Amino acid sequence: MSDIKAATLEYTTRLGDDSVVLGHRISEWVSYGPFLEEDIAYGNVALDYIGRARMFYTYAAELANDGRTEDDFAYMRNDREYRNLLLLEMPRGDFAYSQVRQLLADVYYTLLLPELVQSKDATLSAIAAKSIKETKYHLRRSRDWVLRLGDGTEESHKRTQKAVDQLWGYTHEMFDMDETEQMLADNGIGVDVSKLHDAWRQMVSDILTEATLTVPEDSWAVRGGRTGYHTENLGHMLTEMQFVHRSHPGCKW
Amino acid sequence: MTPEEQNFMRKINAEEKIEPKDWMPDAYRKNVIRQMSQHAHSEVIGMQPEGNWITRTPSLRRKVVLLSKVQDEAGHGLYLYSACETLGISRAEMIEALQKGTAKYASIFNYPTLTWGDVGAIGWLVDGAAIVNQVSLQRTSYGPYARGMIRICKEESFHQRQGYEALLVLAQGSPEQKQMAQDSLNRFYWPALMMFGPHDSESAHSAKSMEWKIKRETNDDLRQKFIDQTVPQIEFLGLEHPDSAIKWNEERGHYDHGDIDWEEFYSVINGNGHCNRQRIEHHVAAHEEGSWVRDAITAYNNKKNANKIKNVA
Repeated sequence: MSDIKAATLEYTTRLGDDSVVLGHRISEWVSYGPFLEEDIAYGNVALDYIGRARMFYTYAAELANDGRTEDDFAYMRNDREYRNLLLLEMPRGDFAYSQVRQLLADVYYTLLLPELVQSKDATLSAIAAKSIKETKYHLRRSRDWVLRLGDGTEESHKRTQKAVDQLWGYTHEMFDMDETEQMLADNGIGVDVSKLHDAWRQMVSDILTEATLTVPEDSWAVRGGRTGYHTENLGHMLTEMQFVHRSHPGCKW
Repeated sequence: MTPEEQNFMRKINAEEKIEPKDWMPDAYRKNVIRQMSQHAHSEVIGMQPEGNWITRTPSLRRKVVLLSKVQDEAGHGLYLYSACETLGISRAEMIEALQKGTAKYASIFNYPTLTWGDVGAIGWLVDGAAIVNQVSLQRTSYGPYARGMIRICKEESFHQRQGYEALLVLAQGSPEQKQMAQDSLNRFYWPALMMFGPHDSESAHSAKSMEWKIKRETNDDLRQKFIDQTVPQIEFLGLEHPDSAIKWNEERGHYDHGDIDWEEFYSVINGNGHCNRQRIEHHVAAHEEGSWVRDAITAYNNKKNANKIKNVA
């Protein structure tokens, strides 16, 4: 396998991991929402992310060409092998926590996907093109929610500010580049996420400010998702997600 | 009969639909509210046993299918609550009745989903039984309910097929998977038969509901339809029929079947199933946890409206 192809496989797997982990977290909300419309909305967003994961993993399997399928990528790798961003694996928390996480992720994808559409890799470009439409809707929803929760009652404001403060430190690694991603960016395949940080901070700050929330200082940062150095949360999530699949090795479902 | 009553019965007899603004007897209104809200609550509570497996689906494809299905059920709930509101009751009142236990939901959802096979069994048997009932309700006399049923039945057919297909894969899989399918069938078959309600002779609301064409076929007739259609489906799966007394009756043109355990039926209806308390507690807990969110929306909207008024002034 060429270096570029190996890097593309790694990159595609990362994007798949991001999607499946966030999709799973969102899916935990079904039947727990504050009202029925939100159960439906959460279901929608979860479906979009699981759909994305399937597209990325299917492509990863094609690149790997070693007999693995999308499900092998999702179900047969442990947390040390997962390469998702830490922000996305954090537990679902309360409604404010989930909506703030969603906002931080949605703004990220709003900036990342149009760049990925430009990729010389036709499959990555096509997945990005499909995802852009979904993310536009996701951002409209998470932005509206953060505005309402931030500028709602004293309690909702407090919960939302707390969520922002608790999650902020996990956002920095979203803009880190390593050798793999740099090589792909240099070759017009991957996105140089380090160049998105300023625009992300600006967009997020504008929304938080409008929501009467305080943008945290960059005083702490936790990193490690892309190297498999996760929080304790991912192991539990994968245990639950993978147990049926792994209990019946080699079976079809 | 007053002229209003006469006109109402004329419409019923002529198979015309009763619409929200039409005059209707109070008892008719109450009866339709009872049935529709119970249906809506069933969709909503039904999200729990299936939702129980969303985080544990054995493949990504199954996760997508299950998420879509549960989302459809939530949509049905929403649709039915809205249709029911045309009768002058609010969603909040209906939810309160559910949480207080004065309104019922389908008793089947008080049975636990213990294995992945149960997700397939619910789609196949529970949605299958629901469809038999709902196809009949497409001709119900209350217009918004009838139209809702037409739409809902289309989606339920998908649900039934995905459930059956999930079980088919299990039945053709490893010995453990086949056992899983058999176990799910065994546990959900009888409760699915009970979904049609008590025998006609025991059914409290049946007579009036039939007269007003809210119900179009009796509990026992619908149940027989379901029993008949399920026999070849079980055979095709290669599973053992849970009812050892099942036998084709040439004369009747139907399958004869064993006795339903009505004691269990009433016990579960009366709140003593595996999950009765859990289901309501879950609903109440989510609703209460959501109260600060709902308050926030109200507060936010009030602020924005106040600003608008200030700007206009």
